[in-house]
Amino acid sequence: MLCDTSRLLPAGAATTLPAQPRSRGSALRCRRRELHFPGHPALPFCDFLAAQLTRPSFPPGRRVILRRGRMPPVMGGSLAGSERRARRGRCGPQAARAVGPDVAAEDAARSPKRLVQGSRRFKAAGGWALLAVVTLLSFATRFHRLDEPPHICWDETHFGKMGSYYINRTFFFDVHPPLGKMLIGLAGYLSGYDGTFLFQKPGDKYEHHSYMGMRGFCAFLGSWLIPFAYLTVLEVSKSLPAALLTAALLTFDTGCLTLSQYILLDPILMFFIMAAMLSMVKYNSCTDRPFSASWWFWLSLTGISLAGALGVKFVGLFIILQVGLNTISDLWHLFGDLSLSLVTMGKHLIARILCLIVLPLALYMAIFAVHFIVLNKSGPGDGFFSSAFQARLSGNNLHNASIPEHLAYGSVITVKNLRMASGYLHSHRHLYPEGIGARQQQVTTYLHKDYNNLWIVKKHNTNSDPLDPSLPVEFVRHGDIIRLEHKETSRNLHSHYHEAPLTRKHYQVTGYGINGTGDSNDFWRIEVVNRKFGNRIKVLRSRIRLIHLVTGCVLGSSGKVLPKWGWEQLEVTCTPYLKETLNSIWNVEDHFNPKLPNISLDVLKPSFPEILLESHMVMLRGNNGLKPKDNDFTSKPWHWPINYQGLRFSGINDTDFRVYLLGNPVVWWLNLLSIALYLLTGSFTAVALQRGVHLPAEVEDPGLSQVLLRGGGQALLGWVLHYFPFFLMGRILYFHHYFPAMLFSSMLTGILWDTLLRLCAWRLAPSSLARGIHVGGILSLLLGTAYSFYLFHPLAYGMVGPLAQNPLSPMAGLRWLESWDF
Amino acid sequence: MSLVRKRAAAIRLSRRGESSVEQDGERPECRAAQEGARCDSTQRSDPQAVRRRGEARGAALRGLGEKQGILLSLLFYKMLGFLRHPLVVTADINLNVVALTGVGLLSRLWRLTYPRAVVFDEVYYGQYISFYMKRIFFLDDSGPPFGHMLLALGGYLGGFDGNFLWNRIGAEYSSNVPVWSLRLLPALAGAFLVPMAYQIVLELNFSHCAAMGAALLVLIENALITQSRLILLESVLIFFNLLSVLSYLKFSNLQKHSPFSPSWWFWLMLTGVACSCAVGIKYMGVFTYLLVLSIAAVHAWHLIGDQTLSNVCVFCHLLARTVALLIIPILTYLLFFYVHLILLYRSGPHDQIMSSAFQASLEGGLARITRGQPLEVAYGSQVTLRSVFGKPMPCWLHSHQNTYPMIYENGRGSSHQQQVTCYPFKDVNNWWIVKDPGRHQLVVGNPPRPIRHGDIVQLVHGMTTRLLNTHDVAAPLSPHSQEVSCYIDYNISMPAQNLWRLEIVNRESDTDVWKTIMSEVRFVHVNTSAILKLSGAHLPDWGFRQLEVVGEKLSRGFHESMVWNVEEHRYGKSQEQKERELELHSPTQVDISRNLSFMARFSELQWRMLTLRTDDSEHKYSSTPLEWVTLDTNIAYWLHPRTSAQIHLLGNITIWASASLAMVTYALLFFWYLLRRRRSIRDLPEDCWLRWVLAGALCCGGWAVNYLPFFMMEKTLFLYHYLPALTFQIILLPVVLQHVNDHLCRSQLQRSVFSALVVAWYSSACHVFNTLRPLTYGDTPLSPSELRALRWRDSWDILIRKY
Repeated sequence: MLCDTSRLLPAGAATTLPAQPRSRGSALRCRRRELHFPGHPALPFCDFLAAQLTRPSFPPGRRVILRRGRMPPVMGGSLAGSERRARRGRCGPQAARAVGPDVAAEDAARSPKRLVQGSRRFKAAGGWALLAVVTLLSFATRFHRLDEPPHICWDETHFGKMGSYYINRTFFFDVHPPLGKMLIGLAGYLSGYDGTFLFQKPGDKYEHHSYMGMRGFCAFLGSWLIPFAYLTVLEVSKSLPAALLTAALLTFDTGCLTLSQYILLDPILMFFIMAAMLSMVKYNSCTDRPFSASWWFWLSLTGISLAGALGVKFVGLFIILQVGLNTISDLWHLFGDLSLSLVTMGKHLIARILCLIVLPLALYMAIFAVHFIVLNKSGPGDGFFSSAFQARLSGNNLHNASIPEHLAYGSVITVKNLRMASGYLHSHRHLYPEGIGARQQQVTTYLHKDYNNLWIVKKHNTNSDPLDPSLPVEFVRHGDIIRLEHKETSRNLHSHYHEAPLTRKHYQVTGYGINGTGDSNDFWRIEVVNRKFGNRIKVLRSRIRLIHLVTGCVLGSSGKVLPKWGWEQLEVTCTPYLKETLNSIWNVEDHFNPKLPNISLDVLKPSFPEILLESHMVMLRGNNGLKPKDNDFTSKPWHWPINYQGLRFSGINDTDFRVYLLGNPVVWWLNLLSIALYLLTGSFTAVALQRGVHLPAEVEDPGLSQVLLRGGGQALLGWVLHYFPFFLMGRILYFHHYFPAMLFSSMLTGILWDTLLRLCAWRLAPSSLARGIHVGGILSLLLGTAYSFYLFHPLAYGMVGPLAQNPLSPMAGLRWLESWDF
Repeated sequence: MSLVRKRAAAIRLSRRGESSVEQDGERPECRAAQEGARCDSTQRSDPQAVRRRGEARGAALRGLGEKQGILLSLLFYKMLGFLRHPLVVTADINLNVVALTGVGLLSRLWRLTYPRAVVFDEVYYGQYISFYMKRIFFLDDSGPPFGHMLLALGGYLGGFDGNFLWNRIGAEYSSNVPVWSLRLLPALAGAFLVPMAYQIVLELNFSHCAAMGAALLVLIENALITQSRLILLESVLIFFNLLSVLSYLKFSNLQKHSPFSPSWWFWLMLTGVACSCAVGIKYMGVFTYLLVLSIAAVHAWHLIGDQTLSNVCVFCHLLARTVALLIIPILTYLLFFYVHLILLYRSGPHDQIMSSAFQASLEGGLARITRGQPLEVAYGSQVTLRSVFGKPMPCWLHSHQNTYPMIYENGRGSSHQQQVTCYPFKDVNNWWIVKDPGRHQLVVGNPPRPIRHGDIVQLVHGMTTRLLNTHDVAAPLSPHSQEVSCYIDYNISMPAQNLWRLEIVNRESDTDVWKTIMSEVRFVHVNTSAILKLSGAHLPDWGFRQLEVVGEKLSRGFHESMVWNVEEHRYGKSQEQKERELELHSPTQVDISRNLSFMARFSELQWRMLTLRTDDSEHKYSSTPLEWVTLDTNIAYWLHPRTSAQIHLLGNITIWASASLAMVTYALLFFWYLLRRRRSIRDLPEDCWLRWVLAGALCCGGWAVNYLPFFMMEKTLFLYHYLPALTFQIILLPVVLQHVNDHLCRSQLQRSVFSALVVAWYSSACHVFNTLRPLTYGDTPLSPSELRALRWRDSWDILIRKY
């Protein structure tokens, strides 16, 4: 089957092309002529990259295209020069027919036209059949034993819980954008899950709760990865064996399999990443028919997938970057084509802006709009957000509340730090322990609502009760000097020249005085950020700073957690550095004053752009906040490609049902080897082309060097973009972050080995033997991965029984690295 | 004989002639011509003529040689030509450069010893200079040691003995501190920036006028002056940055006509050395190094594409570049550390951060204590066990009489056995005895039986003779791990589980012997396969705030917190507990010295420097990168103790603003030209475009690589971090001005107007320099009103005394 297809492939190309000149002399002539193409002069310095990549390597066929006014090839785009011949036909899988035009020419010369058409139809049918087989196999492996184990595995506890929140419409906070969890929630909802399961901790049994809908949904999306990768490689390399090899690597990788079988964000994320990649590649191959229906279809599909990828995790930014780079180089080449008018150029630009920027942005915002509309009940995420934001949530005490608008003397207030998750200014009867500053009452920030968060605003110089009805209402104004008295303990907010408990360079903040009588260290100047003197202070909206009058420092929360004696609340200090950071900015949240008229908070409700911005700030800070502690075991990015250690999804002991996320070592180490080999062969080829070496016709004509440089380059770029940024991230990292990169590296492996084997076969000359080597090599790779999958499949489908150290275990002898523990 | 002499004279004459012709070829006036192309062609033609003449002469010589038939002697003459004739050095002095160097020196060296007090970060670098003078080992994570060593060189030349307490900004220097020579080196580096800016613009093939402009701008940049006049490293860093760029430019200009000539080699090597010096001063130098590397890579790629060169020739070119730009910098970098470690051989205050082996390689300190310990740990050895991880602080495995509280605060129960902790101070309770589970003796047998990888041992606490134990009880602060205790037999159903398997982590074979200091070991509990681990948490009061030690059940790979090494070690001799206690109290003594290899010490030091995390401290004058471009911030460096004379790091605001503007102009013009070239509209002639691109790649690139990375850094940042980027920006400024003048001003009138504007603008820059001069040099006391008048931005923090 395999042989047949590869043999038949070129037939199609032959019908659209005149037989190619094969002698070296004519190839030389062609190249000379190309040098004079408008738009492709010998470009100096800065264009060198573009020029060098494209110039010397045009296959002879390109000449025809350019004469007809088609555009020059895309730099760094996925398409080999030789594909351009195919583009004249239709986009899509049928385009896979340009391999080996030399063979094609021979075939065409020999066979009558009827036969060619027949074989083309046969080939198309074969292609579809193969795709169907690949898809089926992928679905079969992903859905096999999907229901096991019937308990929570690893992060299902988070994402399942968040799915439930959507079903219950309870507001929560997560560091990832909402699309993935929303889809999980939707899948659960549609499959009859009622959102009542608590998802407390890994290992909890699902019992009667319906979880298969959510798992099935993730497995469904995860199954599509393989056909997508298959089609992408086919499109890029025009080689069935390469595509098959990629599909096999991914199908038989235990890691991809495990990750697709549970309620996680990763299958959803990878689905969108691969969809974006596939549609980008497809759209690239429609370049010769701009503004056609399929062109628009693939372009907008790229945009939609990008929005999806970004909507699931911020990792989606990397694929956006890749598509962006591809688009820029695409536009750059269009721009250099002098046969296109500037108006056409403008159309191209606008089409891309519409489909790749405007459309994804609109979709992305729509996702958030849905998110905010669905989650309208107060829940565990409230405290992370600003007061104004909370006013939106039903059940929150700020919802539909009405409070006085301007701060006045005598008001009872709570003061919230603007830094995310910093909480309310708080004090309680406990004193600072011996040896930590002055032994006075502690002042902290506290995340939860509590009576001890209430403070009374008083004038600094009088102690008269401002609530006395005989006195007129006096508003607090920007620049006033006030005193804050803690309502429960009647002590004043106080600071002095003692070092703060944790941040040694700041001053300590305490509660001081008896029944509101203290000293001059209790005086604070209240200032509204970016306001003029004399303005009133608005509840919720005004961003205020409290400046200590005597020492000139600013009240702030350092965000550090106090030890046991401080009840693990956060430290409050007075910082002498007058920098405007969110740590030292506060707002008034609750406000009680019987003498003032209440207004409804609805006027203060933030607009959609504001909540969008705020939730992004909160997410970013949450992401940065996920810092590993010193003594934790953390996964390091360099561990990942070498498959250094896995992640325990479920079970520890002999008796447990154990699932262990670990890549199939054969696949992963092959991928690793391939990257090294690719860099070697790729740079070798690039240098050879740059030196102007004439590659032999057997290499040049099927465009092997182009497939290697362009197609492989595209995959390598994907790998680099999805892997190396993790080295720069300060947050805590996990093994599963590598999987998007792993998809790309598997595609690279497919392309590389196919090309290498073809080259090997060519080196060994006689054509019958050569084909044998090629087919044999690919087959042995396929069988090898399949066998390794047979060995390692218990990792994904679950194992019970003794651990692998035990010789009785079915996995005995498979623990090739000491760091794997299954 | 006389014939020979005559011939020699003839050769000498012709040599003279040749060198003079060459000088003519590189006449600076030629470069001054604004049309670079014309200049290039004349340059190119001259050497050709010379070569032709030289060939003619060679032919004549050959003829003579054949006539006499003494081929060998001819070769001999040729080879010894250098020795036989006087070495003629013809200096080619560009008075511009001399003058610029002169004013540069004047501006940087004027009253260098003033103020004779510690200014700002001198307090920081000064202490390291003192350490060098006293040869005491220290660890500074701010950068590699080359910069510190250069500063210390100044101290060495000035005869500084290192006796000064660098503790406070503003403290008067005592008379033993050679302030002048300490500040000389940064000042010289700062002064040479001026002629170097000139040279760089010249090498970029722009006019003398532009080059002078660049140099004069660097000359009157207040921030560069302030930073150069103190014991700080930025000016030295910028010096090496510019040096690497300059020498690379010289090299690539030589590439066209004389590859592999001595000067070609010289500039190529100098590029590599200058790059590694820049990296050796601050890690920030890496950015410029990468820039130079990538430009070299682009040029090399063109070279590969040049099909007029033979493959061998291309290979030689690539090899030369690899050696000079990759291998030499690495070697130089290692050399810095080599000298650093040779210089600092005494133990000092930062010893604790390093591993035991490293400490033992220093004179004094741990080496004094451990000198002569037996190397191989045997059954019966008395040892202290140090955690290799050393975070949050270095500590030793410790136990004491006190037990774990029966019930913790949160209601969980404990085993109520004796506490085992990690204690950051040396103490007699840190001693443990390694015991063979099969025997009762606690002394070392004769001969000692060494312990090997995989052996089972028990650890006996020296003072209490209880055995190290762990069991399935949750640890006090890390409930997922097992509690580690010294076993007390309460006769309840909790048997002793005190067998540990020894694993040597850094073993070479499976039969390795456990060695003092060298071996890094793990203790794996035999019953539960838990691993002894430092959790890093501080125990509450009942545990005296010592660090918690736990048994880690899930050994997810290797982590340094599970690794221990023997630090102090002696063979136990006393049978009785009383004697043993006495023995434990006595200091260890015996005799052998061991040395770490340089590479081991280097890699450890480098690794610690990169991973050492000082807690993020705020600073009053810290700023964010965005504030730098607009000069929204300043740093007060020093205030006179009585008058209001003060030194600030403040830039010449005219230069900062116009440099940023020039860069924006450059970027806009560049993209405009680029797009138009793509549509085959050539606004600029080819050579002009090439030099425009190269200038942008170097200057804009230099700015970008030295500025943008700061957005991703989490450390405390200051205004002076921007100075390297600023220098590149300043060099771009005259380049853009010349371009506007040459290509955008169409008529003579426009050009005249533009020149007039430039002159006016430069005089305003001079005016700003002069106005800010009192804050740059700090030599003039200013009245409060004058100071207030200098506060041009609200965010500038100028100190005004309250009287």
